[in-house]
Amino acid sequence: MMKTNKWTTTLSGLLILTLAITGCGSNNNSNQQESPKPTATTDTSKATETADNEKDVTIEYWQYEFPAKVDLINELITEFQSLHPHITVKQTNFPYDQYNQKVATLVPAGKGPDIINLYYGWLPKYVSSGYLQPLPEDSFPTAEIESNYYPLVSAAKIDGSYYAIPTAVRTLALFYNKDLLNKAQITELPTTWEQLVETSKKLTETDAKGQFVTEGLAWEPGAQLHHWYRDGLVHQAGGQDLSEDRRKILWAETPAGLEAFQYLLDFAIKHKVGINGFYENDSNAFMTGHAALNIDGSFRLGSIKKDFADLNFGVAPLPSYKSKSAPSSFWANAIPKNVEGDKLKAASEFLKFLTSKEVQEKWVDQIGELPAQKAVATQDKYVNDEKLGPFINQLDDSRAHFFIDETQEKTLFVDATNEVLLNNVPVDKAFTDLVAKTQKLYDDYWAAVDKK
Amino acid sequence: MLEQALRLTARKSRELLHTRLTYRTQRYLFIYIALGIPLLYFLSTRMAPILYAFNVSVREWDLLSQDKPYVGLANFSALFADEIFQKSIVNTFKFVIIGVPGQLIVGLAVALLLHNVQRFRGFFRTVYFIPYVTSIIAVSWVFRWILMRNGWLNEMLLNLGLEPQLFLQSPRQALLLITLTMIWQSTGFQMLIFMTGLEAIPRMYYEAAAIDGAGAWRKFRHITLPLLNPVIVFSAVIGVISYLQSFGQVLSMTNGGPLNATTTMVLHIYNLAFQQFKMGSAAAATVVLFAVILALTLLQLKVLNKKVEY
Repeated sequence: MMKTNKWTTTLSGLLILTLAITGCGSNNNSNQQESPKPTATTDTSKATETADNEKDVTIEYWQYEFPAKVDLINELITEFQSLHPHITVKQTNFPYDQYNQKVATLVPAGKGPDIINLYYGWLPKYVSSGYLQPLPEDSFPTAEIESNYYPLVSAAKIDGSYYAIPTAVRTLALFYNKDLLNKAQITELPTTWEQLVETSKKLTETDAKGQFVTEGLAWEPGAQLHHWYRDGLVHQAGGQDLSEDRRKILWAETPAGLEAFQYLLDFAIKHKVGINGFYENDSNAFMTGHAALNIDGSFRLGSIKKDFADLNFGVAPLPSYKSKSAPSSFWANAIPKNVEGDKLKAASEFLKFLTSKEVQEKWVDQIGELPAQKAVATQDKYVNDEKLGPFINQLDDSRAHFFIDETQEKTLFVDATNEVLLNNVPVDKAFTDLVAKTQKLYDDYWAAVDKK
Repeated sequence: MLEQALRLTARKSRELLHTRLTYRTQRYLFIYIALGIPLLYFLSTRMAPILYAFNVSVREWDLLSQDKPYVGLANFSALFADEIFQKSIVNTFKFVIIGVPGQLIVGLAVALLLHNVQRFRGFFRTVYFIPYVTSIIAVSWVFRWILMRNGWLNEMLLNLGLEPQLFLQSPRQALLLITLTMIWQSTGFQMLIFMTGLEAIPRMYYEAAAIDGAGAWRKFRHITLPLLNPVIVFSAVIGVISYLQSFGQVLSMTNGGPLNATTTMVLHIYNLAFQQFKMGSAAAATVVLFAVILALTLLQLKVLNKKVEY
């Protein structure tokens, strides 16, 4: 008898285990289709009780792990919840370099956010996957967005609808190390292409063995320079970036594209005022005082303030050529497609709050990113600020390239510069290849979109 | 009625168990069922995802969307037309060809040296083993700083009057340097395996060989190496598998650059899946990698595993 008992325990244990495993598996699959049903039934039964009051809703906000932003959002959530007692907002964060990965793996598992913070360059990918819904037109009318926000925000307009809306935007500008400029007795900041070359030459310092001690201009194509090329140099030289319908790369349509590419490369190969990998990257070199000039974004103000408070530096608008143009970018909040009903209402409410004037101002103070709405940004207190002013003044001439795939487009650009630097490929050939390969990315993207 | 019937069958089956199964068979049955539990776990957490990856490899799926249309072998043909994937295969084999022999030779050398000392053996063993338990990311970043353009190693070269090198920024040097880092990091593990193997070789063989007048080399060549064969086969198989899956060091030291000179198959799979969201292509690449690892492992077991008479 004892033995049979053992047998039955073992067998039933096995059975339970099998059930548990298969049960889990099928649960996961059916989660997405079936879960709305039970909530719908409970909703109707509860509806009678809570018909008068607004129902309690919990929404989830996802953004990447950037300590200052996480803290500010927590503060804002408390404020928002006191204004809307029936809404609870939960914040979830993922490290920047795993962000897409986490989103992509958690969402199919049925653990999606109700509002998600995305880099604008990722939007096309998210939209073409059918992951996002257009912002509700009643809360965010297209016309209003277009009159109140800086035009660069139109990068979030896909197929005629806005899929995301930013609280803040960023532009690039010329950072300069005041001590190093004084040492080289430079009193005037460069405002043209030529002056930038001359100034960076004067600021460059090498040792007896020909190695850099100080870079005149930090040179890191994979950091901000590829943005500088697309949204700055090409336009400044009289060229264009993308066709109106966002299908064709126009760099090679006029001589401007190559001229700009050559100009950017010449800093490393002809003038030798900077090189990639010096102190790992451009911002390290600049923040540690080993680069006199650097092209970097307004988001760097925060990290300099935090980690290199003693750095004596200033900010100037980017030098220009035939016209002015400055690269810009933004992180924007979007609503996933599966958010509906009360959650959707709560999500738009929170999104409205996040784009309010007060929040935009807090964002500037605590994060250092610029207000996305013209009326907020152009207040005297910002325009006249020594550090913020140059960034804000460029907003009118700023552009945000419509990325099909930011990582791949960046890699192609870096590869093109490496072909010249490491393999002695002629600049014009590297350029032609770059245009062709980038165009192919666009062709593939649009082919997939058109198929749907 | 039904209850009665059930009770009857239950009694019958209990009787059957008693009469038909001897104690021996019952014992075996128990052992196999006990073994079956981990197998079940293995099947559900390992085999199921593998089969699922096979399924995804013939579909077009961009991870965020719900529909996954069947596209046949389109992912595979696109993959083999992809220059970066071709390059990643070549690079992966370079990692294996340099890494596995490198790791075996260095590990064996250290093990042999340590096997012949008694004092400080534990100390050395610990020192050599520390890199293995250090985080890959930390090790990679330390080497990154050493190998930086204006880093420590270039400064040494300049002080010696030599030309500074591009190191990780050079398409010709980067892969070799990453492999050396990986060898450096896994030496401790390899050493430990070989030391265990060496312990298992009976002393008397060496004593007998010494009486016959064999020198150190001949003892090594004719006793140590043949008797270590099972350990070498094991290490080679494990080594090949791990170098075929080179990823962490590459990601944190060069991220596949410059000019894809260090992109490995796994890094490319990672990029396809989580940077470009092309799960179908990524799964197809995974299937290719799976086939390569399986084929190489079987080949190695066949070629390397020679029976040695003790």
